Amino acid sequence: MADPMKIRASAKEGITEVKILMSHEMETGQRKDTAGALIPAHFITEVSAEHNGKQVLAAQFGTAVSKNPYLAFKFKGGAKGDKLAVTWMDNKGDKRTDEVQIA
Amino acid sequence: MNLQRREALKAGGGLGLFGLLAAAGLITPGQARAEWNKSAFDAKTIEETLKALGASAPANSADVQITAPDIAENGAVVPVGVVSALAGVEAIAILIEKNPNPLAASFMLPAGTEAAVQTRVKMGQTSDVYALVKVGGQFLMTKKEIKVTLGGCGG
Repeated sequence: MADPMKIRASAKEGITEVKILMSHEMETGQRKDTAGALIPAHFITEVSAEHNGKQVLAAQFGTAVSKNPYLAFKFKGGAKGDKLAVTWMDNKGDKRTDEVQIA
Repeated sequence: MNLQRREALKAGGGLGLFGLLAAAGLITPGQARAEWNKSAFDAKTIEETLKALGASAPANSADVQITAPDIAENGAVVPVGVVSALAGVEAIAILIEKNPNPLAASFMLPAGTEAAVQTRVKMGQTSDVYALVKVGGQFLMTKKEIKVTLGGCGG
């Protein structure tokens, strides 16, 4: 299981701003190790954010997203104390969900 | 008559399979809406990527803005944001022309989510970065050149 995500969600004037920092290698599959063999690709393919069970963002990542991906977005609605859950899934089928309360 | 019946059967059969997969937990609602677009992420050129995304001829638009540095010192971490003042933006995609696979990330925005996303991408070399926005079934695009200085010598 991968390390937990760092998620910050803050509601202000009816708009919730979400910042997510995921912990993932994001290996492109283009790099070679010291022996010259290709390092197989290992990267997050999908990220989904849900506010009280309703999807507010669905993202698809390619290999070009940086290591330990950062993602920020905003949505209308959301109040202090509401739940925001973020899930990612990688190309090896690993996944992780973390939940925070909107501040 | 017969043809219609066949169509109906086909549609029914398709739904049945989907329902089965969903019931078995293989497909979550999120996945069902947006499955990872392999052909778009595997495309080697901007044109191929746009085709795979279903955006054949996006119009250039000043209503789409890329927020990114003009010069990125570290190509492994280039902050890129896409903002649009247009209402009803359904999807945003970030493309980097000179990367092995131009498509870096795409975002589906349900109603209520603002057209403002930010992430960090890798860039192999100085390149034009494109932001593609889908609004009301139409595709709009804008681009910005980001210079990548390797080695951090600032040249």
